[in-house]
Amino acid sequence: MQNTRQDIINKLRKDILLMEGFKPPSASGAGSIGLGEIELAFPNGVFPVGAIHEMMCPAPEQLAATSGFIGGILASLMKKGGACLWLSVAGKIFPPAMAVFNMEPDRMIFIDLKREKDVLWAAEEALKCEGLAAVIAELQDISFAESRRLQLAVENSKVTGFILRNDPRKAGATTCVARWQIAHLPGETGDGLPGVGYPRWQVDLLKVRNGNPGSWQIEWAEGRFVQFDKEAAVHEVFERQVG
Amino acid sequence: MQKRFVSIWFRHLTTDWLTLRRPELKTLPFIFAAPEHGRMLITAANSLAEAQGISPGMALADARAIVPSLEMADHIPGKDAKLLKALGEWCIRYTPLVAVDMPNGLLLDVSGCAHLWGGERAYLGNIIKVLRSKGYDARGAMADTVGAAWAVARFGKDQPIIAPGGQTDVLLSLPPMALRLETEILERLKKLGFCNIKSFIGIGRSVLRRRFGTQLLLRLDQAIGNEDEPLDLLQPVEPYHERLPCLEPIRTATGIEIAIKKLLENLCQRLAGEGMGLRTAVLKCYRLNGKVLQVSVGTGKPSNFVNHLFRLFELKIPSIEPDLGIELFTLDATKVEEADPEQEMLWSPEGGGLEDVGLAELLDRLANKIGAANIRRYLPQEHYWPERSIKPAISLQDKRTTEWRTDRIRPSLLLSRPERIEVMVKTPDYPPNFFIYNGQKHIIIKSDGPERIEREWWLDNGKQRDYYRVEDDEGRRYWLFRSGHYSDEQLPEWFIHGFFA
Repeated sequence: MQNTRQDIINKLRKDILLMEGFKPPSASGAGSIGLGEIELAFPNGVFPVGAIHEMMCPAPEQLAATSGFIGGILASLMKKGGACLWLSVAGKIFPPAMAVFNMEPDRMIFIDLKREKDVLWAAEEALKCEGLAAVIAELQDISFAESRRLQLAVENSKVTGFILRNDPRKAGATTCVARWQIAHLPGETGDGLPGVGYPRWQVDLLKVRNGNPGSWQIEWAEGRFVQFDKEAAVHEVFERQVG
Repeated sequence: MQKRFVSIWFRHLTTDWLTLRRPELKTLPFIFAAPEHGRMLITAANSLAEAQGISPGMALADARAIVPSLEMADHIPGKDAKLLKALGEWCIRYTPLVAVDMPNGLLLDVSGCAHLWGGERAYLGNIIKVLRSKGYDARGAMADTVGAAWAVARFGKDQPIIAPGGQTDVLLSLPPMALRLETEILERLKKLGFCNIKSFIGIGRSVLRRRFGTQLLLRLDQAIGNEDEPLDLLQPVEPYHERLPCLEPIRTATGIEIAIKKLLENLCQRLAGEGMGLRTAVLKCYRLNGKVLQVSVGTGKPSNFVNHLFRLFELKIPSIEPDLGIELFTLDATKVEEADPEQEMLWSPEGGGLEDVGLAELLDRLANKIGAANIRRYLPQEHYWPERSIKPAISLQDKRTTEWRTDRIRPSLLLSRPERIEVMVKTPDYPPNFFIYNGQKHIIIKSDGPERIEREWWLDNGKQRDYYRVEDDEGRRYWLFRSGHYSDEQLPEWFIHGFFA
């Protein structure tokens, strides 16, 4: 009796996860989007597509870092064809940069809107459109009720949404499946070579629904995300210097 | 396209018709006659009667004096118009643009039709041959203008087909009657001794106008081709227009919705039947107080889906103020294009890319609310100058002509205008040690560069830029450039142009 009750609860939990956009892991590993260990922080160990992620990026520098990180994710989301929409009030995204992240920038459609309210409206309309791979919206702030509308839209259409919030002081609760923060890390070129090296980021997963928040350091090198251990790298350099 | 017209002249229209009805008349001279001022006047005569010297306009008694056995039938008013209409409708197999030319002819706009019948000669020959085989004595001619075709069909001696541009030469030898003039003018011309068009075509226009009025000049211009001549078409090309009058004035949003849906259903049914799709549509609402409200929508690619078009209009409904009520709705498709038939997808991959119908419909909806200029997609352009390395795509179907370059790293965010920064540079041609942007000091730890990008002198002139990719003490990366060279007089200016991922 005890056992069956536990089973029922487990089954219900799984169903709820499915409804929230978390897919069960597939045997072929097709669900992977190349984030490596970060994906394990999510329930079932699968990066949730068909859900809304929010990203904190108060400064333009951070927005640039976040756009790079999203670019890497979009590359795998758009692999099967499909376009993405980038909604903003004053968009500064430079499409050629996205080519570095393995995606075709001509499949991105940029929409400039006049007011925050229009961005929300357009985001909701876009998230309802099943033909899209992803929708990215740059917003100042989003209330709980507004985020709920967006969540309802993606539950039917299974489009992945990213909300880039540039006012983190008002970071209230939302229905988003995860809250991220991407920050720059100093690049490494190895062997003390000149130059800036590959882009490196500190990825903080501040909130995950039913998952484990955490923090990682990754690098975009040769067309994929590479996780590295900063301590180990420092250690190696130190040893070499001693040697 | 080169305009071509055919004029067909039925010499014995009504008598031919009667001969078809009563074959025994074929060998007899006969006429139609109508009473006028107490006597019978001949209105039409068949070819046998004409051969004996009987012509329309003659009194019946005079004709009987020439041919005692003359058969007579009562003139049927309006018969010729009826016959011409029926013949014109039959001619629609040759061209959709057919007009009746009273009292005894047809005018066909055959621009771009003749090649389907193997050339102009075969085309015109076929028309005339078939008409004659049916029993109508028809003559036809083809020319660049209605006037010339008309003249040659009736007065031409040898060639029925006038080569493009050749109408003036042919007209010269024809009598003034060939210009479709009123009898009054014709008489005056005859009195003055003008027996063909050549004799007066060279006279100054102002002189002709003073003597003969503007009609002569107009007909002359129409025959030569200086003036357009619209045809009164038998089956006019119908515009895409729908009307919905309302018994009770409509005052609610729901009512307007229903009205728009009804109009769209009718319009889309017609569009779908013709394989067309709508690009722009205008909805007009006629209010009780006499005001007309107008809303228009546009689509990115031709569409004839009621639901999609309705959703576009739905966004505009709040802007329609019914006031006292709307009594009439009209919907016009102002721009219509051929629509590709929807191809059935064998399987639906995750998102159909840019060809996805859902995406096109979404963009239409956004464009109708925020304006199409705010929706952009970029394609690469072969320019090094960063501002010129991309160009906006014209449409969703627009494909890139060159590949995206990944060998030169470009910033994720590009400032639309480079902004001035203050820098401290120790060595010329080296990146700065630090820079101040927006009041914040950034100490530069690492850098890449310079990448010199020259101005494209054939497009604009100015200083070249030396770009550096720099990383500050917190790992943030910027794209800075120095404008121009170092020189003795003036230190070069530094700018920030973008942020790297």
